[in-house]
Amino acid sequence: MAETRAGRVREPVPVRWGLRLLGIGYVFLLVLWPVSLVAKYTFEDGFTALQETFADSDVTHALQLTLVVAISAVVINLLFGVGISLLLVRYEFPGKRVLSALIDVPLSVSPVVVGLALVLAYNPRTGLFGPGLASAGFDVIFATPGMILATVFVALPLVIREVVPVLNEIGDEQEQASRSLGANAVQTFRRITLPSIKWAVVYGVVLSLARSLGEFGAVKVVSGNVVGQTQTATLVVESKYQGFDQATAYSTAFLLALASVLCIVVVSLLRPKETS
Amino acid sequence: MSIEIKGVNKNFGDFVALQDVDLTIPTGQLTALLGPSGGGKSTLLRIIAGLETADTGSVLIEGDEATHLPPQKRNVGFVFQHYAAFKHMTVAKNVAFGLEIRKRPKAEVKRRVQELLELVHLTQFSHRLPAQLSGGQRQRMALARALAVEPTVLLLDEPFGALDAKVRKELRDWLRRLHDEVHVTTVFVTHDQEEALEVADEIVVINDGRIEQIGSPDELYDAPANDFVMGFLGPVTTLQGELIRPHDIDVSTEEGVLGAVRGEVVRLLRVGFEVRLTVQPADTHDEVSVVLTRSHARALGVDVGSTVWLAPNRGANRVPAMSRAAAAG
Repeated sequence: MAETRAGRVREPVPVRWGLRLLGIGYVFLLVLWPVSLVAKYTFEDGFTALQETFADSDVTHALQLTLVVAISAVVINLLFGVGISLLLVRYEFPGKRVLSALIDVPLSVSPVVVGLALVLAYNPRTGLFGPGLASAGFDVIFATPGMILATVFVALPLVIREVVPVLNEIGDEQEQASRSLGANAVQTFRRITLPSIKWAVVYGVVLSLARSLGEFGAVKVVSGNVVGQTQTATLVVESKYQGFDQATAYSTAFLLALASVLCIVVVSLLRPKETS
Repeated sequence: MSIEIKGVNKNFGDFVALQDVDLTIPTGQLTALLGPSGGGKSTLLRIIAGLETADTGSVLIEGDEATHLPPQKRNVGFVFQHYAAFKHMTVAKNVAFGLEIRKRPKAEVKRRVQELLELVHLTQFSHRLPAQLSGGQRQRMALARALAVEPTVLLLDEPFGALDAKVRKELRDWLRRLHDEVHVTTVFVTHDQEEALEVADEIVVINDGRIEQIGSPDELYDAPANDFVMGFLGPVTTLQGELIRPHDIDVSTEEGVLGAVRGEVVRLLRVGFEVRLTVQPADTHDEVSVVLTRSHARALGVDVGSTVWLAPNRGANRVPAMSRAAAAG
């Protein structure tokens, strides 16, 4: 990285300052200012709004549910994401490019469509698996499993898109060396591959967590949005806002934003230590 | 016999990497697989290591059937061109890797790592990360790592290819001395004929997926089986329809030897102690390259425009220029 910095083309001073201002202004107007307003309205009367929010059992239930759904989705996406990344980078098989393209679908399809598609596929009456699962007493749609499913779907590419480039970059020679030194596939993955992709995985997990906490559209469709039962934090924000309970809406929104910002701060604090 | 390869074929799609290769590599020797890039030599090495599988044919290591064994069960040491250092581990940890996988006692691992680091002169670097080493040091670390598990055979894939010329030469000498100390059966792949001639006990010349010739460096140099081997082992030129080494041509400034070819010097290039002449014979279109020592050229007084007579040196080895084409036809 030092080389690229040294070799960088130096722009004239006015251009440099102009570009900086433009960049900072753009991010300020789009991100920093609006998000800070949420914080401002949350703390308008000190901590009373937050206290009231935590006293509302529907809200605390929603926050808990959000955590359960987000963490389950992240764990699933972590396992499958790393597995699929290895499959895509280390193995040749027919249909590989189709698989790679399919992984990006969740990024391009609207979450509402995702929600509807899942309802069609897994509903207890007409879906392929739905009736079987329902008769076994396992509800997918309008229940937590369906919400996890929807969240997994929308956050699917995040781990994979972080890990694949790193796997490509490190190549497979270290893995081959490990095999020739007597390590089996599991030992090689644990001792060689995983330490090399560790930071990509952490980054992917944090992005997935942030995305999962904030998922709205898909979850709204599959959850049925039942207050105190299948309502997540983002759904609470909407319903409270529409129900003219702005204070609770702002504080819940603030908590969601805080969680995401914390994720990113934690990672950026950890990361430089590793690379130095 | 340490490694026996029988009837090995390997294709990558339409590309034929190896074609009916039979090869026996003797125990305790340093064997070079020599050939041009894309000739199949690395593929053969990787098939021995189990990093690639042959389409057909079999591989025996120390008499044991190894054709279908995964790499971790073959007990081979493999050294890669680009070192394949474990970047997140210290030098000592890299070397200890194979021993730790084999769950050897801690004290033994420590002692063995110490010995190996001494052997490759890296003792004072044991706590560094590979990124803090030079290329030559990394490759020595990779060698120590491969030797740590006491492999039946040590396989090196263009081990010095990524290093600069000076380090390459040092490591080459060092590998030869190391082999004389450790005596492990060693196979290394190279496209550098000088490296093969200097280091190897035996050279296997591989081209287009086939073995062209097997022999000691002297046998190959003195009695090349065909014009490919002759051409690959050193510079060649054509004189009177035969391939000959440019330094095996006698030059005189007057017609003395019977059957000598008369020509005119059209180019003269001096490189250090060498003088390279390009001579245009009077009777053919093909130019002849001749190499003289600086002092010899000065004594003859040749220069661009001089008329010279060329004749094969006595004892020069020559190969008919069209032997390969004739054999193929």
